[in-house]
Amino acid sequence: MQNKKIALRLIKDRLFSTVLIIISSFSVVPLGFILYFLVVKGATAINLEFLLSGPNPYGEPGGGIAHAIVGTLILILLAAVISIPFGLSIGIFLAEFQKSKLAYWVRLGVDILQGIPSIVIGIIAWSWIVRPMRAFTALSGGIALALMMLPIIVRSTEETIKLIPTSIKEASLSLGVSYYHTILKVILPSGISGIVCGILLSVARIAGETAPLIFTAFGSRFMNLNIMKPVESMPLLIYRYASSPYRDLHTMAWGASFVLVVFVLTLNIVAKGVCKRWCIKY
Amino acid sequence: MVHKVLMINDFSAYFGKDKVVKNITLAIEDSKITAVMGPSGCGKSTLLRSVNRMHELNPNTSVSGSIVLKGNDIYRMNPILLRRHIGMVFQRPNPFPTMSIYDNVIAGYKLNGIKLTRQERDSIVEESLKKAALWDEVKDSLRKKGTFLSGGQQQRLCIARALAMKPEIMLLDEPTSALDPKATAFIEELIVQLKKTVTIVLVTHNIAQAARVSDYTAFLFLGELIEFGVTEKIFTVPSDKRTEEYLTGKFG
Repeated sequence: MQNKKIALRLIKDRLFSTVLIIISSFSVVPLGFILYFLVVKGATAINLEFLLSGPNPYGEPGGGIAHAIVGTLILILLAAVISIPFGLSIGIFLAEFQKSKLAYWVRLGVDILQGIPSIVIGIIAWSWIVRPMRAFTALSGGIALALMMLPIIVRSTEETIKLIPTSIKEASLSLGVSYYHTILKVILPSGISGIVCGILLSVARIAGETAPLIFTAFGSRFMNLNIMKPVESMPLLIYRYASSPYRDLHTMAWGASFVLVVFVLTLNIVAKGVCKRWCIKY
Repeated sequence: MVHKVLMINDFSAYFGKDKVVKNITLAIEDSKITAVMGPSGCGKSTLLRSVNRMHELNPNTSVSGSIVLKGNDIYRMNPILLRRHIGMVFQRPNPFPTMSIYDNVIAGYKLNGIKLTRQERDSIVEESLKKAALWDEVKDSLRKKGTFLSGGQQQRLCIARALAMKPEIMLLDEPTSALDPKATAFIEELIVQLKKTVTIVLVTHNIAQAARVSDYTAFLFLGELIEFGVTEKIFTVPSDKRTEEYLTGKFG
């Protein structure tokens, strides 16, 4: 009797963990399908011309997405330059003054910002920057993306710094090192892996954002390096090409998707590597 | 004439409204080892951390009375400058994880932006590591990370880092509590050697350690200074009953 009950329990245990394993394995299936489709449909579109030249005039076959690649890089660079200093500062503040009232409200604000739909951020950037300046600009797109990057950088910086033992900070202070030098020269370098990892992941997160750019960076058919002018970006290009009626543009959209996904995947993998490789042992 | 390098006068320290150190008066003699012992929570660490004003890094702390270092009231000094004169070694070895052994020793100068020539740096590193009895073990691997060393070596590295600043007083906060017996014995021996160059205040909950290394012993209980005197006398003929009970293991 007793033995039977235990045997039944063992079977239930086995069953339970099997179910977990099966369900977990399903999670990689969508990714597998996405990659499969992108390779089948997109990889064929890719050649040197595709990567290195801008679009041909309408109706002419060929041409490439170089203007979108450059545009996306400019937007990412702008967003990073704007959001990294703010993100690091806020993250340090939240970790250092965990219990202050201001920290509570800032943390709440950052969390809410993370939850704001990206299209809304696009509209806000439009009303703040595009409308007063009366022009769609790469800069406004960069600011919109910076707003999306900010919460990720803040939280990863905060969590990383919280994990650094106080004894390291005390060691520095006991040597007569000022507070701000302690933060900049001891605490930040000790948390560098987590912080860089957070930045890379935030870049990966925004690289594919379309909505915040529709009303800001706007898109362009020309190679543009001027941040005060509209600029093309990969997701915008994909969106427009894919919704156009022309088959060759569809193929280009697939190719661009492939490039974008490879870029994001690489960033994710590099971020994982940075986390592991630069990890500091205390 | 004995020279008192540090005078603690009617000193009290508070966490919020809790008085953790109660009206302590104590004089620390130059080039001697003074041990502060007592059961956990008796305020010995707080007293020690008041001497280099690390205590005030915790929120809601306050002090009364005075601590005078060579004629200067430390609570009128800039804490940052004060801490350059008073070295500290903590319970757990805490070398800077991002720095090499060499950079750890010189960290006090580097982080404070004090410019040194390469020769000065080299000689400070060598001298400090020699004083901390670590030179022979690490002289061929100065560029390796400090965290690769064993626990005992790391603690000696932290001692070298504090010594490099040429402090007048070294505060040791239970420096061997995270170490194995062999490393502990080594560090104790080192502490005795160090008193030639620097005054040492050693907080310990290890009675035997206080007896082995110190010249003077202070016994703290519930924030009060129960007894202070020459170590031999405290351990052989304590004048207070509570000291005797603590030493014989009746509490603590």
